Amino acid sequence: MKPEKKPEIYGQTGILPPSQNERPTPSQGVWVQWVLIGIVFVYIALLLGIPAVNVFYQAFKGGIGPFFENLIQPDFVSALWLTVLTALIVVPLNTCFGICAALAIAHKKFRGRTFLLSLIDLPFSISPVVAGLMFVLIFGRQGWLGDWLQSWNIRIIFAFPGIVLATAFITLPFVVREVLPVLEEAGTDQEEAAKTLGANPWQIFWRVTLPNIRWGLLYGVILTNARAMGEFGAVAVVSGNIIGRAQTLPLFVEDAYKSYATSSAYSAAVLLSLLALVTIVAKAVLERKTSVR
Amino acid sequence: MTISSAPTSQSSVNPLKALAHLSWPWRVTFIYLFFMLLVPLTALVLRASTVGPAEFWRIATDRVAMSTYEVTFVTALIAALINGVLGTLTAWVLVRYRFPFKTVIEGILDLPFALPTAVAGLTLATVYSTNGWIGSLLAPMGIRISFTRLGVGVAMLFISLPFVVRTVQPVLQEIEKEVEEAAWSLGASRFQTFWKVLLPQLMTAILTGVALGFSRAVGEYGSIVIIASSIPFRDLIAAVLVIQRLEQYDYAGATVIGTVLLLISLVSLIAINLLQAWGRRYEA
Repeated sequence: MKPEKKPEIYGQTGILPPSQNERPTPSQGVWVQWVLIGIVFVYIALLLGIPAVNVFYQAFKGGIGPFFENLIQPDFVSALWLTVLTALIVVPLNTCFGICAALAIAHKKFRGRTFLLSLIDLPFSISPVVAGLMFVLIFGRQGWLGDWLQSWNIRIIFAFPGIVLATAFITLPFVVREVLPVLEEAGTDQEEAAKTLGANPWQIFWRVTLPNIRWGLLYGVILTNARAMGEFGAVAVVSGNIIGRAQTLPLFVEDAYKSYATSSAYSAAVLLSLLALVTIVAKAVLERKTSVR
Repeated sequence: MTISSAPTSQSSVNPLKALAHLSWPWRVTFIYLFFMLLVPLTALVLRASTVGPAEFWRIATDRVAMSTYEVTFVTALIAALINGVLGTLTAWVLVRYRFPFKTVIEGILDLPFALPTAVAGLTLATVYSTNGWIGSLLAPMGIRISFTRLGVGVAMLFISLPFVVRTVQPVLQEIEKEVEEAAWSLGASRFQTFWKVLLPQLMTAILTGVALGFSRAVGEYGSIVIIASSIPFRDLIAAVLVIQRLEQYDYAGATVIGTVLLLISLVSLIAINLLQAWGRRYEA
């Protein structure tokens, strides 16, 4: 149903005549609203909801016992340990870099700023497989440093250092991307005030800048951690998937699935899903925090 | 992911002093970027250039490689476009309507960002297999999803969904209700208002989201390698081909296909930046 009245022009005042409704909504059609909501529900359920529920169903359909039995297998434990260790190295590294880069870029206008930002964003758009390949081409047996590394008996590819490098590459942009907008929003007034009051740069950073960026920073760290623990493609390339030696949890999931150990694949998947759940909840909480402020 | 808006003007800061103050962050930034980004990128490009143009072309366009591009890019494009429509609809519903379980939907939408791709692939492969919860409903109709190209499509839909929703949502939130009301009071129908007033304002955001989703879907490996059977000419994607070549110690082959993928991501990155610049064209 369309509004029947033809639009009229009421002089130059632009004031609507009092007879007209306050909200000139054309026929609401509540059913349209519910059909649209219905489509969204079905789509999201098919693509996200049902698969998410399935992870937990598959992991626990045999009961709690088998679930925990899967969690004490030596392969699983070593994969878990390697994942945690990778995150413990990569997250602080990229947090430091992220803070430095954001501080450096935030209040500056210079030639090539956009280029620098695009460069930092690059790991988001490069296929993880290609990212892993780059490191293989440097450190692999046929790579640039291959011979040199071999003469010193250092293994980077097919070993832990390669996993760390590839993961650090993939997760490089997260902290910068979260901190940079916060810094830009905050401006430099407070820092300058601190400076005129005689604070040194270090004090300014700890007492003024860091408290300002803390929630954005925390969110960036959480995203970095989630991706670092969950990265698959890049790690698959550089690790060569040697069981018990250079296998992280996501690789363990794939390996178990491909060797028909579906239940242990799902037990590991539950742990990784809990990580995702924590990430999502943290995001919601942090968003609320920053919007209240 | 988005290139941040123009920096706030800082006329009061003495640039020299500021630079001296920030020299440490700059140093760390440059050193880290040099070793983590530039060296690896150079390694790939240099290695690709040692292959030689004729050989490069031969490897890049051989039959298997061409079939993987077709599977990868066409499927990614279709998935991104579907999400362009349904993602916009999702953003619309989330911004404009109140309904039960809204927070659940909001949260679950971030799942593709937060859930490791291996887990996504695992659960999608199970749910959409012929004896899975959804796959078993489709099997009687002769539709198989897991281990076919449709599976690749489902994984790509999964991975690219949040990009459109999350780029459209803030733009939609900012559009003032008055604009719509003005259109209504001038006699436009709901449909006309959407098509002629709202959609043009949303178009850049939608296209950016589609480009981001496409770029992510093209590079996706983890979930696809699990849900697809990776048979050449059927559902083998370019990223999996890179790994297969590496496993055969065919470094030249892996490098060439990898470079092609890299070029595609660079092109989509430029496209995304241009789109965003275009979207800001009326801003000061």
